[in-house]
Amino acid sequence: MNVTVPMPNLSLVVPEILMVILACGLLLVDLFIPKDRKRVVGYIALAGVVVVGVVTAAFWGKMAQPATTFSGTFVLDRFALFFKEVFLFTTGITILISLKYLEIEKVSLGEYYALMLFCTLGMMIMVSGADLIVIYLGIETMALSVYVLAGFMKFDHKCTEAALKYFLLGVFISGILLYGITLIYAATGSTQLAQVAAVIKEKGLAKNPLLVLAMFMLAAGLGLEIAMAPFHFWAPDVYEGAPTPITAFISVAPKAAAFAALVRIFYHGIQLLEPQWQILLWIICAVTMTIGNVTALMQQNVKRMLAYSSVAHAGYILLGVLAANQVGVQGIAFYFFAYAFMNMGAFGLVIYLRRENIVGDDIDDFKGLAQTHPLLAVIMVVFLLSLAGIPPTAGFVGKFLLFAAAIKAGFYWLVALAALNSVVALFYYFRIAKAMYMQSPEPLPQLSPGRGLVLALVVVGVFTLFFGIYPQPLMSLAKDTAHTFMMFLS
Amino acid sequence: MMVLILAVVLIPLLGATINGLFCWFTKRKAHIIAVPAIAIPAIVSLILLARVLQGERFDQVLYWWIPLGDFRVPIGFLLDELSAIMITTVTFVATWIHVYSIGYMDHETPRGYAKYFCYLNLFVFFMLTLCLANNFLLMFVGWEGVGLCSYLLIGYWYEKASAANAGMKAFVVNRIGDFGFMIGLFLIYKHLGTLLFSQAFASAEQLSVGVATLITLLLFTGATGKSAQIPLYVWLPDAMEGPTPVSSLIHAATMVTAGVYMVARTHALFNMAPLSMEVVASIGAATALMAATMALVNNDLKRILAYSTVSQLGYMFVGVGVGVYAAGIFHLFTHAFFKGLMFLTAGSVMHALHGELNLQKMGGLIKKMPITGWTFVVGALAIAGIPPLAGFWSKDEILAGAFMGGHRIIWAVGTFTAFLTAFYMFRLIFLTFFGEPREKHLYDHAHESPPVMTIPLIVLAVGSAVVGLLALAPHGGIVGFLNRTLGEAHEAAGHEGGLTYILMVISVAMGVAGVVLAYFMYMKRMPDPVAMARNFRPVYTLLYNKYYVDEIYFAFIVNPVVGGSRYALWKFVDVIIIDGAVNGVGRLCRLVGGGLRYIQTGFIPDYAWMILVGAVVIYWIGRLF
Repeated sequence: MNVTVPMPNLSLVVPEILMVILACGLLLVDLFIPKDRKRVVGYIALAGVVVVGVVTAAFWGKMAQPATTFSGTFVLDRFALFFKEVFLFTTGITILISLKYLEIEKVSLGEYYALMLFCTLGMMIMVSGADLIVIYLGIETMALSVYVLAGFMKFDHKCTEAALKYFLLGVFISGILLYGITLIYAATGSTQLAQVAAVIKEKGLAKNPLLVLAMFMLAAGLGLEIAMAPFHFWAPDVYEGAPTPITAFISVAPKAAAFAALVRIFYHGIQLLEPQWQILLWIICAVTMTIGNVTALMQQNVKRMLAYSSVAHAGYILLGVLAANQVGVQGIAFYFFAYAFMNMGAFGLVIYLRRENIVGDDIDDFKGLAQTHPLLAVIMVVFLLSLAGIPPTAGFVGKFLLFAAAIKAGFYWLVALAALNSVVALFYYFRIAKAMYMQSPEPLPQLSPGRGLVLALVVVGVFTLFFGIYPQPLMSLAKDTAHTFMMFLS
Repeated sequence: MMVLILAVVLIPLLGATINGLFCWFTKRKAHIIAVPAIAIPAIVSLILLARVLQGERFDQVLYWWIPLGDFRVPIGFLLDELSAIMITTVTFVATWIHVYSIGYMDHETPRGYAKYFCYLNLFVFFMLTLCLANNFLLMFVGWEGVGLCSYLLIGYWYEKASAANAGMKAFVVNRIGDFGFMIGLFLIYKHLGTLLFSQAFASAEQLSVGVATLITLLLFTGATGKSAQIPLYVWLPDAMEGPTPVSSLIHAATMVTAGVYMVARTHALFNMAPLSMEVVASIGAATALMAATMALVNNDLKRILAYSTVSQLGYMFVGVGVGVYAAGIFHLFTHAFFKGLMFLTAGSVMHALHGELNLQKMGGLIKKMPITGWTFVVGALAIAGIPPLAGFWSKDEILAGAFMGGHRIIWAVGTFTAFLTAFYMFRLIFLTFFGEPREKHLYDHAHESPPVMTIPLIVLAVGSAVVGLLALAPHGGIVGFLNRTLGEAHEAAGHEGGLTYILMVISVAMGVAGVVLAYFMYMKRMPDPVAMARNFRPVYTLLYNKYYVDEIYFAFIVNPVVGGSRYALWKFVDVIIIDGAVNGVGRLCRLVGGGLRYIQTGFIPDYAWMILVGAVVIYWIGRLF
């Protein structure tokens, strides 16, 4: 019997193909580079990421209409493109802030960069997945690389412990996710999002308890990377233990990828299951932001504090998912760029403070920074303002969009709670500012940042301010993203 | 034109940024950045003014900040006759204040010096934003910004408790006004659906009189805070705790004029609300009189000037309140020159006398510091309304407007205040610069200030002397020019009628009478001021203690609030509830964490359990609904 397999349209996966070539090539190149010059691998990776970024951006104009390939399991639309750019941007910044850090930690190895690219590849697949299986493959590609990266300082006890925790919990949640996918298949006979949605609609399965449970399991599976309550327990430990550039990376990119997948899955299927999942998500949203902010209040370790703050931010972004309207998608898209700027920036500062014997992640390490390094203190204040959502920063604009979306969808109480939470957040963010400006510095060895780090800080700092004062370019991109995405649904 | 406007607004910001970020580098050289950062916009403002004179006008949205459906926040600028006059005044006076500061602040630490100039630039930037905004929100940004900068600059010597407190007082009192202002803005957006001036004023006539009255009264509440009117004027006299050039900047160019400008800018709304206009004019007149009386007996050089500012601002509000907006702005314009001048001369005196401010310890200084002394006399003649100096023209314009508009009582109050003004100003002059030195020691050490300080004095003195003559320029002079945008609520009957001349003569006579009386009292001792104070002790005490307004505020507002916060909020809500909750959550977390450590299996299974339990609980709660 002759089975003809249609040749998939490979032009849509060019960025992914390039990424695979780049990552594998990097592993090969690595063999020929002497141990003390591994920085070069980083440069190559960075150049490659920029190239892939440009290639991906070139698709933007053509993708006014979504296109699918691999029998409808892989979709390329502006939504996917936008998020791919978020990942690539984050990866680029992470490479920049890693270069010197790895040398200080004496783990400057070529695999690091290759793993990071594989991770990015996983996320790029994830956000393009139109089929639950593809999404799952993406998640695993990403997660396996991240586990290794989180434990990259293999001689550091805390670091390996963090990686192991991350791995075990990841596996646990992975099981739940897969179980959710099987339940969906059992109920609808398909794993393709569009077909699942069609079957639900056709057979009137909207109130089917099996489906509601399955959806909840999917949310749980993605909830781990999102770090939403109650799936956030790993975050503080891992954020604290992992190498700081990886912490910065984990706090932004995988979260963005998981959110993108969540939006894709839930906007498809869930429109139909609306009342059931709205309540679930409402509770999760409220609990996530409250737990994140309240627990962050008491942290003395800045990495841990930022971990809880990233939980809280997940809560704010859930407002956009919950709103389930175009402004919501626009808000999520915008927010992830803003969040990438400010969070990478804040972690970058922690790396900046890394010296011999000092990790730079204790609040006391920030003491008197305004006197010793005034510019650094100012730029940190910009990130803190943005994280707290105060104009004129990108963080404010993003938060405004999310809140506006939720208001539009009628979630007044939740937005009120989010606003109250923002006030709480202001308190702990400004503990850092207080340490920088109101306390006297302690005698410390000279800081010697790498040039890459300085460049990265300048870039994200300028973007944080620029898109706060003039958000329009990014907003209109996010708006196009949201517009085509919603069009695709109907 | 857009480029020029952006240059005016952004160059001061650039200057502030450079001195702010690189204060460790610019240090003593900060003025090399800061002075051109204001001087260039001053020149550009003149160019813009010239173009506006030729009839050009600019109103354009640069871009929309956060465009979202029908809610769009515009970032845009408006340049018309009103804002052109404003920015020219602000940048011109501010430039000379910057120059003067180079000499005045030379004792500061290098970093403090750079920081000072950074704040000064920033102050001007926010004021220019306020004046050039073409919508309420951007105006509000400037409005809040000048509030912030005034706080920073008044409390510049924050190690001194009185300076830190004065900064705080300015900020808090302004916040009270801003609260009203904000609600006014909300109402405007609610009823008119736009934040743009052009749209809002065009549709202002849709507003019912009630709503218009409410909105304008709320806006005016904001103005009373910024422009130091009853009941929120109390911060301004304390604001002289800051460096003297800052007082000069606050009193002349930036900050206090914001309220008057705002009322003039929103005149379309005020025209809809006659009651509000009445309130504005009455408050203005009352403030003018009250502040003038407080200045009569004070012995503190800068405080007298501060009360005179409050009083003069009262005049401006009388002007805008009776509907002669252009006259109010004209007075703002002339006042910027002579009040800026007088504060700078006061600073020069302080500089010479090592910070001494008590009039009773001065005397005869004109021999030691002739430039300072004579320029001050020019300023005082201007404020006293002696022709042909600046103050005469603008004050006369306001009083004539009030009289013609039928506000006879307000006119009488204003005219009487003119007499008081002349009196207290010349009391100050005779006590400070003439007569015999009363403190030999201080007098011997006094010296004229360096040229970097005296040149600005001379420039501003010339300005104070001549800018009033702009009233005589063709096409109705400056008032006619301003009226191209402001229009008058009701046409004041020109300047032809014999009545105008009678009014003019009366007000000049009042000014001269004040000067003469001061001369006899303080130079000839007849009647002897000490005896006067003794004979009218209750009145004197009341005035000397500033009507006890500060004390009343403390007794009835500040203390109850502080007490309430201390006992109800701090001791109870904060300590017991919030701290309790925070500590409780902390203890709970530690408890949970501690409890988990007892489980031998380690952390990960615990996490897994918590995830499961959490998920099931959430799922179960979700199913309940």
